[in-house]
Amino acid sequence: MRTRLRIKPQHLSLVATAAVFLLLYGAAALRYPGFASWFQTTELIATNAPLGLAAIGMTFVILSGGIDLSVGAIIALSSILLAKCLVEWNLPVPLAIPTVLVGGILFGTASGVVIRWFRLPPFLVTLAAMFLARGIALVLTEEKRLSIAGHATFDPLVDFLLFDFNLPALIFVVGIVVAIGVARYTRFGRNVYAIGGSEQSALLMGLPVGRTTVMIYALSGLCAAGGGILYAIGSQSGDASVAQLLELDAIAAVVIGGTLLSGGVGSMGGTLLGVLILGVITVVPVYEGDLNSWWTKIAIGGLLLVFIVLQRLLQRQRH
Amino acid sequence: MPESLRKLTWPLAALAVLLLFNALLNPEFFSLHFAEGRLTGSLVDVLDRATPVLLLSLGMTLVIATAGVDLSVGAVMAMAGSISAVLLTDVGMPVLPTLLITLLASLAAGAWNGLLVSMLGIQPIVATLILMVAGRGIAQLLTDGQIIPIEGHPGFAYLGGGTLFFLPVTITIALAAALFTAIAVRYTALGLFIESAGENPTASRYAGLNVRAVRLLVYTLSGLFAGVAGLIYASDITAADANNAGLYLELDAILAVVIGGTALSGGRFFLAGSIIGALIIQTLGTTILMTQIGGQSIPAEWNLIVKAIVVLVVCLLQSAALRQILTGKGVRG
Repeated sequence: MRTRLRIKPQHLSLVATAAVFLLLYGAAALRYPGFASWFQTTELIATNAPLGLAAIGMTFVILSGGIDLSVGAIIALSSILLAKCLVEWNLPVPLAIPTVLVGGILFGTASGVVIRWFRLPPFLVTLAAMFLARGIALVLTEEKRLSIAGHATFDPLVDFLLFDFNLPALIFVVGIVVAIGVARYTRFGRNVYAIGGSEQSALLMGLPVGRTTVMIYALSGLCAAGGGILYAIGSQSGDASVAQLLELDAIAAVVIGGTLLSGGVGSMGGTLLGVLILGVITVVPVYEGDLNSWWTKIAIGGLLLVFIVLQRLLQRQRH
Repeated sequence: MPESLRKLTWPLAALAVLLLFNALLNPEFFSLHFAEGRLTGSLVDVLDRATPVLLLSLGMTLVIATAGVDLSVGAVMAMAGSISAVLLTDVGMPVLPTLLITLLASLAAGAWNGLLVSMLGIQPIVATLILMVAGRGIAQLLTDGQIIPIEGHPGFAYLGGGTLFFLPVTITIALAAALFTAIAVRYTALGLFIESAGENPTASRYAGLNVRAVRLLVYTLSGLFAGVAGLIYASDITAADANNAGLYLELDAILAVVIGGTALSGGRFFLAGSIIGALIIQTLGTTILMTQIGGQSIPAEWNLIVKAIVVLVVCLLQSAALRQILTGKGVRG
C-alpha cells in the first residue's frame, strides 16, 4: 500500500500562499541576520496588527460577496476619536475604548443597512462611508494629529508586554484565532459562506440574509475601529490622515490569502498568511536600505497578479 | 419623455441647485471677464478643472456599462505624467513624440487591464487593482520618487495652460474626447455591443457578439483617456508628481458615472449623465472653497463630508428599492 500526500483542490490555493510566505520569510531570514529572531517576529506582527484586524473584517465581507472600502478611513477616525476622548474630554480608558468600538459598529451597521434596504452596491455605499469617515476625522481635529503620550490610564496599554508581544500584536493573534473559530464553527460563519456562494439559495434555504449582511458590515466596522485603537496604542497618537488606502492592502491580503472576491470561497487562515506576506514585503526595503518603497508596491501588484491568475486557473480546472 | 432624458433629470437638477446656491451666496460666481485673450471666471474655472475627471469618466462609463470597473485610472495618470517627464527631461525627446509614446503606453496599460478581464476572466475590481497598486509604484520608480519639474517645453505647457477659442485648451480637449466617444458609441453599433455585453454576456456571446473584444476595447479606451488626463495634470502643474497625480480620482470618476445615472451593474449607459456628474463633483468642490458663511470660509475638510452626503442622496434617489418603499410596495427578501 502506498500512501501519497494528497492536497485537496480547495486547499491548493492556501498551500500556495503558505509556500510563498515560507519562501519570502526564509529568504529574508537568511539574508538579514536577526530577521527571524523572536523580537523581530513579534514586531512584524505588532506593526501589521491594525491592517490585520481590518483584514479579518474584510474577509467576512468578501466571503459574503461584498466589499468594504471604508476600513482605512474608520481606522483614522477611530484613532482620532480615541485621542479626543482621552485628551480633550478626559474620559478614562475603560469608557473611551468602548465608545470608539461602538462608533465603529454604528458606522458599519449604517453601511450594511443602506446596502441591504436600498439594494445599493456595497462598493458605492462604503465609498461614501469612506469619504464621510475621513471627512469627520479631518473635521474633528484642526491639527490632524493628537498625541496621547503620557496619559495616566493609557500608558499601561502602551507599555503592556507578554512574552515580548505588545498589546496590538496580542490582540491581532487573539482576534485571528477567534475569527477562524467564528468563520468555521458558528452559524453566523456558515451563513456568511452561504450568502457569498449564492444569495438566492441562501434566501430560499431560509437563512437570515438581511440580518447577516448588516452584521457582516457591523463586524467590519468593529474590526476597523479596533484597528484604529491598535494604531493609537502603537503610535501613542490619533492621526486623521493615517491608513490612506489601507482598504486596498486589506483586500490584497484577503485575495493573496486565497479568498475569492466573488464570495463563498476562502479562509481566515489564508488572510493571516496574506497579512504576514504583505508585512514581510513592506519591511524588506527597510532592511535593504537603498531599496525604495515603490518596489513594495510593484511587488504587491506582482504577487496579486500571480495569485489571481493561479486561482483563476484552479477554478477553471474544477469546472 | 425618452428614458435618456428622464435619466438626466436628477443629475441636471442637482447641478442646477448647486449653481443656484452659488448664485445666491456669491453673485460673482457667474461673472465672466475677458483678460489676456481668454475668458476668465468661476464657471470657466470649473470647466477647466473638471477636465481630468471628465476624461476619466468617459472611459469609466463604457467600462461600467460592461458591468466592470477600472480602479487603475488614477495610477495610469501618474504613469503618464512620469513617462512624459522622463522622456522630456532625461531623454531630451521633443514634445510631439513624447506625447505619442505616453499615449501609447497608457493605451498599453488599458489593454493590459482589458486582457486580464477579457481573456483570463478575472473580476474587474481585482484585475484593475493590480495596476492601481503596481502602476503608482512604476510611476514612482521612473521618477525616483521625486517631483520632476517639466520646464522649457512651451508645447507641453500649452496642453494644460494654453488658450484655444478664447477658453482654456483643456475644455476643447475634453469636448473633443466626449464627441469622439459619443460618435463612436451612438453612430456605430459599438454602444449597442457594450450595453449588450454588460446586460447579459452569455446571451450576447450566443448572439454572435465577441464579448471579449468589446471588453478589451473599453478598458483600452479607459487607459487612453487616463493618459490624456495625466498629461493635462502634469502640464497644469508643470511637473510629474507620481505620489499625488490622480490620487483618489478613480473614485471621483466612478462617482461621476453613477451620479450620471449609469448603474454599476452594467447595461444602459449615459455619457451625457457622466459629463454632468463630473461637472457636479467639480462644482461641489469649487462651491465649498468659495462659500463664505458669516465672513468665514468653510474648511476644505468639509469637502469630503459634503461629497459623501451628495453621493448617498443621489444614489438613494436613483434606487428602485427606495421608490418601492416610498410607494408602499415594499421589497422582497
